[in-house]
Formats: sequence, structure tokens, C-alpha cells
Amino acid sequence: MAKAKKILINAIVLILCTCYLFPIYIVIVNSFKNRSELYENILALPEKLTFEYYAKALEKMSFLNALKNSLVVTLISIAIIVVLASMTAWMMVRVNNKISKLLFLVFVSTMLIPFQTLMMPLMQEMGWIRDNLHIPMIDHLGGLIYMNVGFGASMAVFLYHGFVKSIPISLEEAATIDGCTRLGVFWKIVFPMLKPTTVTVVILDVIWIWNDYLLPSLVLSSKANRTIPLSTASFFGQFTIQWNMAMAGLTLTIIPVIIFYLCAQKYIIKGVAAGAVK
Amino acid sequence: MKKARNIGWYLLFTLPLVFIFTTVVIIPFIIGIGYSFFSWDGLPLNPKVFVGMDNFVQLFHDTRFFDTAIHTIIFTVLAILLINVLGITFALGVTSKLKVRNLARTMLFMPYLIGGLILGYIWSFIVGDAFSAIGEKTGLTGIFFNWLLNPKSALLALIVVTTWQMAGYIMIIYITGIQAIPEDVIEASAVDGANFWQTLFKIKFPLMMPSFTICLFMTLSNCFKIFDVNLSLTGGGPSNSTEMFAMNIYNEIFKQNNFGYGQAKAIVFFLIVALITLVQVTITKKREVDM
Repeated sequence: MAKAKKILINAIVLILCTCYLFPIYIVIVNSFKNRSELYENILALPEKLTFEYYAKALEKMSFLNALKNSLVVTLISIAIIVVLASMTAWMMVRVNNKISKLLFLVFVSTMLIPFQTLMMPLMQEMGWIRDNLHIPMIDHLGGLIYMNVGFGASMAVFLYHGFVKSIPISLEEAATIDGCTRLGVFWKIVFPMLKPTTVTVVILDVIWIWNDYLLPSLVLSSKANRTIPLSTASFFGQFTIQWNMAMAGLTLTIIPVIIFYLCAQKYIIKGVAAGAVK
Repeated sequence: MKKARNIGWYLLFTLPLVFIFTTVVIIPFIIGIGYSFFSWDGLPLNPKVFVGMDNFVQLFHDTRFFDTAIHTIIFTVLAILLINVLGITFALGVTSKLKVRNLARTMLFMPYLIGGLILGYIWSFIVGDAFSAIGEKTGLTGIFFNWLLNPKSALLALIVVTTWQMAGYIMIIYITGIQAIPEDVIEASAVDGANFWQTLFKIKFPLMMPSFTICLFMTLSNCFKIFDVNLSLTGGGPSNSTEMFAMNIYNEIFKQNNFGYGQAKAIVFFLIVALITLVQVTITKKREVDM
């Protein structure tokens, strides 16, 4: 009797969770239906599996190109953030002078600034740099990566700073006596120990950069440079009435996220919890 | 000699990031304050006219901005309540001894990973065309109508979608809080004959105050700064009735081309965000129970 009750509760919880994800179900089933079938019954399973709308959406969104751009921007931005922020935070903890304290204060307090406060002057400044210094900051993936690094710096430095403080200095001193340079000490000894924080930073930044819309929409204008959120937005600007194709497009954009989630699930939940609690 | 070398190492490690950070965050912030005292339409050839505090004075006579403030406050308050109630319910559910708890946790967290923009598009289909089609079929037009065409239901849709996105994320933070409660405290209360609700309200919640601080802070700042879902779900409509702060600023600058005035709004937005964050952190820090 008690066992039956347990199974029943488990089943109810699972059903409730499945219901919670019903919007994703609606997107997927309707991506296979033709127009009349879609409006006939939105909740029903499709009569047959046709990938016609996927092929159309793939082409109209230039999905593969957008996927490539998103991957390039996300991976390179995060690699630079991890390297530079860990180096900076380590130096700030180990050389704890007035400048380090001031830097830390500035990094932390600027986390309060909403993006909307910076977007217009940032675009003016980057436009000025392009016009006068001829560095392609606008409509160039490199420019977007540069700005992502700037916006990601505060939080990454903050997380690394907290972790470095808990590492004993004795190992580093031993290595210095053995003739290691600061760079050697950092890369061979300190950086490997920072791994838990690196995982947190990577996870939080993947979620942020992969889904970021506003900054890329201001920086990138040409079609060839569009990331996934940008190509989704322009796709919806044009084809809102053809819902089956739109649903196919949305399914395509969700697939990489689901793959990432399934591969790194354990790290994602831990990383998000660690990032929030600090 | 040694000192010079130390300074060299310090610069090598910190300067690259400090330089990028300065050009991307600090300089725009400072020139942004400057822009807020000018009147300018954004075209490089047109003059920037110094108007002093006029932009800030104008804010007090801007009815659209006041409407936006009211929408944002209503939205934020309701969304915070809903997200936290749902988040803590989920957290209590998945920290119980159920077999399916890990699977449940995985499923509930899922929406957070899909970006706000994509979520908005998904739901704009559901509460828009899908709802009106279902309404026509079933005749239940009291619930199933196009939510995006009515100001009140559009705002409600925005709250629902934001909750759907954030509840799983907030759940993760509450789980951390619940797991930090020592097992023996709960057992002791069971021995003393406390029922489920007494344990929840008298033991668990007071010991979870740090989690409440974090979650309220997170949901408040996220909801207050909402943009992506706002853009893709309602686009601020119908007739600006769901236009939130962030979108109002965006429209003022890039749609109406009032660069100076829009930037003044952006500065005020920053001040409000900074103020509520500081106030909230001080208040909740005081109420935390020492372990």
C-alpha cells in the first residue's frame, strides 16, 4: 500500500513537470504540421513527419552561418574572459595594495550599471574608434568579442577573487624559490587549482553570451555576421504569419541549447548555484 | 630593480583586462553622464546643444515615462511574488525523498537556458494565435483569446513567461539553502511533534534567510531590467501598455532619436537600480539569522 502510494506520487510529480514543459512540446509538434492541420488542432501530434519547414527555416535563417557566428563569439569571448580575469584577480589578491583594492571596488560596483545606461555612449565611442583609429569595432565579430570581454570582466574577476583568497600561498612561494617566473607559477600551479571557479564562469557566460540579443543587435548590422538570436529576430520580423516554419526555426535554435544542457547538466546546475550564491 | 620588475609583472597581469574594461564600461559610463545634459538627435553632423538639467526636468512631465514606471512596478512586484513562490515550491518538491527528484530538477531548470528572446517568440505563438484558435474551437473564449491584444492580459502574459523562465533558476538557489539546513535540527523538530507547516515556517524558512536575500535580489534586478522577453513577446504593445523601463529607454534613443533625453532616462534608470539594490541588501542582511 505504502509502495503504491510512493509510485503514485512519483508519477504525479513527473506528470506535473512534463506539463511545465508543454510550450516546448507545442513548438515541436507544430513544426511538422501544415497550415490547416496547425489551426485544426494545435495540441495534437502531427499526422506525418515532414521536414519541409525545417529545410525552409534553415535556409531563411541562414541557420548554419548564424550557428557558426554564435559559436565563434561565445567560445573566443569566454576563453579571453577566463584567461584575463583569472590573471587579474590572482594578481589583485597577491599584491594587495591600494591599487588592487581600488580596482576590486570599481569592478564590483560597476556590476550595478544596467546595460541600457551604457549602450548609446558605447556605440558612439566604438563608432569613433572605427572612424579615427580604423579598428573595426562595429559590424565585426571581433568588436563584439572585445565588448563581451569588457562586460564579462566584473563578474569573472569577482568570482576568481573570492576563490584565490582561499588558496594558501605556500605552494606558490615554493615554486618561486625553485626559479619559476610569475607566469610559470600562475599557469602551472594556480590556474589548475582555479578549475571550480573556471567552470562556474564558463557556464554563466555561455548562458549569457549565447542568448544575448541587445548588444549584438547594436554592434552587428550585416546579415553575414548575425548570431542565432539576431537571425531569429529578423526571421520573426518577416515570417510571423507562417507559424509552422517559425516553429521549425525555434526548434532549430533550441537544439544546441538542449545538447549543451544534456552534456554538461551536472556542471550547469552547480555552476549556476555557485555563481548566484556569491 | 626588483621593485621595477614587480610593477612590470603587475601590469602584465592586470593591464589587458583593465584596459578593455575601461574602454567598454568606464568610458561609456562617464561620457553617458555628459550626454544626458545635451539635446541631440544622434546624427553626427547635427549639433549637440547643451541644455543643462532640462532633460531631467522634462522627465517629470513625461506621461509615457510615468506609465512605463507603473507597468514596470506592477510587473516586477507580481513577477517577484510568483517566481519566488513557485521556485520555493519546486525546491521543496525536489529536495524531498522522491525517486524522480533529479529528473524533475533537470526538467524544471530547462526553460532558463533558452534565452529570453526565443522564449518570448515561443509564448507569443501560444498566448496569441494558439489561444485564439483553441478559443474558437472550444468556445472557452473567457480564457482562450489572443492575450497580446489586451493590455491587462498582455502584461499577465509577460509575467507568466518571465516566471516560466526564472522559477527553475530560483529553485536552484533555494535548493542550496534547503540543503544547508542541518539534518538534526529538522529531526529535533519532528521529535518535538512539529507538523509539516510548523517545520516549514518556524524552522526551515528562518534558516533560509540568506537564500531569500539572494533570490529577492536576483528576481528584483532581473525583472526590473527585463528587455528581451518584452521585445519578443509583446513588443511593448498593445499601444505601449506593456512597455517596461529598459524598452522605453531603447525606444527613446534608437526609435525617437532623442539621444540626450534618452540617456538622461538611462542615468535615472541606473540610479533607481543602484538604490533598490543597496536598500534591499542592507535590509535583508539585518534580518538574517545567525547560524
